[in-house]
Amino acid sequence: MLRFITRRLVGMVFVLFVVSILVFLIFNVVPNSPPAQRLAGKNATPTLVKSIEEEWGFDEPLPQQYATMMKKVFTGELIQYSPRVSVHERIEEGIPATLSLSIGAGIIWLSLGLVLGYLAAIRAGGWLDRVLTGVAIAGVSIPVLLLAPVLIYLLTYKLEIFPNGGYVGWTEDPWGWFTHLILPWFTVAILSIGFYSRVLRSNMLDVMNEDYVRTARAKGLSERRVMTRHVLRNSLIPVVTLFGLDFGATIAGTAIITEVLYNIEGIGLYAAESVTKFELPPIMGITLYGAFFVVFINALVDIAYAYLDPRVRLGGTAR
Amino acid sequence: MSPAPLVSVRDLRVGFATEGGLLQAVDGVSFDVRPGEVVAIVGESGSGKSVTAQTIIGLTRSKNARIEGSVKLDGEELLDAGDATLRRLRGEKIGMVFQDPMTSFNPVYRLGTQIVEAIRAHKGDVGKEQARRRAVELFESVGIPNAERRIDSYPHEFSGGMRQRAMIAMALALEPEVLIADEPTTALDVTIQAQILHLLEDLNRERGLATILITHDLGVVAEVADRVLVMYAGRVVEEGTLDEIFYDPQHPYTWGLMGSLTRLDRPRPHRLPQIAGSPPSLLDLPQGCPFRPRCPHEFSKCTEYPSLEARLTEATDHRDRCWLKPEEKREKRQVEGQIGLEAPQEISRG
Repeated sequence: MLRFITRRLVGMVFVLFVVSILVFLIFNVVPNSPPAQRLAGKNATPTLVKSIEEEWGFDEPLPQQYATMMKKVFTGELIQYSPRVSVHERIEEGIPATLSLSIGAGIIWLSLGLVLGYLAAIRAGGWLDRVLTGVAIAGVSIPVLLLAPVLIYLLTYKLEIFPNGGYVGWTEDPWGWFTHLILPWFTVAILSIGFYSRVLRSNMLDVMNEDYVRTARAKGLSERRVMTRHVLRNSLIPVVTLFGLDFGATIAGTAIITEVLYNIEGIGLYAAESVTKFELPPIMGITLYGAFFVVFINALVDIAYAYLDPRVRLGGTAR
Repeated sequence: MSPAPLVSVRDLRVGFATEGGLLQAVDGVSFDVRPGEVVAIVGESGSGKSVTAQTIIGLTRSKNARIEGSVKLDGEELLDAGDATLRRLRGEKIGMVFQDPMTSFNPVYRLGTQIVEAIRAHKGDVGKEQARRRAVELFESVGIPNAERRIDSYPHEFSGGMRQRAMIAMALALEPEVLIADEPTTALDVTIQAQILHLLEDLNRERGLATILITHDLGVVAEVADRVLVMYAGRVVEEGTLDEIFYDPQHPYTWGLMGSLTRLDRPRPHRLPQIAGSPPSLLDLPQGCPFRPRCPHEFSKCTEYPSLEARLTEATDHRDRCWLKPEEKREKRQVEGQIGLEAPQEISRG
């Protein structure tokens, strides 16, 4: 198991290296215009462009340019030029909000998805199963762009249950943190709750037909134990894979729309602002940040996967 | 006089509601199993033999199943037993070994864990360590080498034969009185088959287990069975002792099964004989004898459904469902100097 984890982490570093090279090529090499001009922003003075050119070493060979860029990324010297702000600091400031949003939403959709999927599966064909099917289809069909404004209008303006957007730090005011995030959480989660409950339900119905489930019953285990220890446990394996992909995608993608709609000052909002203002350094930084999270979470998922299914721990003994 | 039967099945009928109507998978099956006795149920796929076995411990219960008749274990009726009673009997009184050891263990748990789970489900007061020691003993008793170490293996680290040994160990974990083995050797290599059969036979003798052996393989039956039930289309078409079935079979279907055995003591035929046609749909059985459409000896009487009765002499337990007279049977079952079913000229469709 330890060997598996080590191997997986080494693989992760390699993937990140490749991603950083791709980012470097896309931002600094491929576009057919002087990179310093683009980094400087829309209304840059010639002196600024000149100084950026020197700072980034754009007259040097490409490997040297790559090294300079990575040095800036790792030492936190990556800055945006109009106004002059440290990209590093802005991302750091945004992390708590974005992680609060994504992790909270992830917990909500995973737990509700699993509970509802489990209930639907053990009562397959019953009324709960049918209601959940309907809810799941509705949840999957509603786009975030529609759902968020409707929720804001109804629950914030009309009924005044929730505060109107923004983000309050966890340490400053835990209750405010919670009330400000509850709508964004559900906005992100609602699609996945339906989807995950359907996936778990169908996995469980498949697993229920497995021979080893019959064996478990023949041993005289209680129905509940058969369902949780044998059916649910084996049905979780594909769900974990799915969760890894989706959770990475949420941190690096879905959160952008939601943060904009609810005006949460996280990394997603920063990314959206940078795109509209044509600020290249933040986009570069955020891309790398997003890639890191997606790769990191996938590594975690693989490790969880190996824990859940011993057959995955290839190579060496299964210990 | 032989001991009282431990398992007593009477007129068992199992039907499943399907879109095409009620599918009568098992129709009027009766048999007894005594301690130390091996009763084999033989038949091809879909003959109802596995459904019969699984119904005994209630594994076929579902909304769509219609189960009638009686299954008694030591005098206690099982068919209308509550879930809790049934759960207690499973594992503790009746152990079950399944066909495919590749898929019958949960792949994500160590074998030892799965055996310990079985023990502790029934004996809550047995500690984990104690249950584990018991599992090691069981592994040793079914001939798994290095039991102490192999108990911590995952199922995928075992070969098929070793897995079936582990399965038998698990079935015996709580020292049940009845062992149901549902095609225990079908998924194994021939050499391994023999080992597993001898293991089952030894356990049966040593522990006085009442064993129900489900198989489609008459070779397996010949090795271990005391009594044999031949099933076709959900019904028993012939039953008797091992010798009666092998040396004096009365039903043409049994002749067909015998004829399709490979025999090492005779010259190899060009092609192995087979029973022409295929089993009837259980949703659309022919009128009268269900084997009629495939039987070369069919005659006018066969459109009437034959009952299962002793047709040789009244005093015997050798029963069959065929209208032919015993002397006709003796003559007709001789095909090229051995028992078999002659190839029909043309197969009529029932």
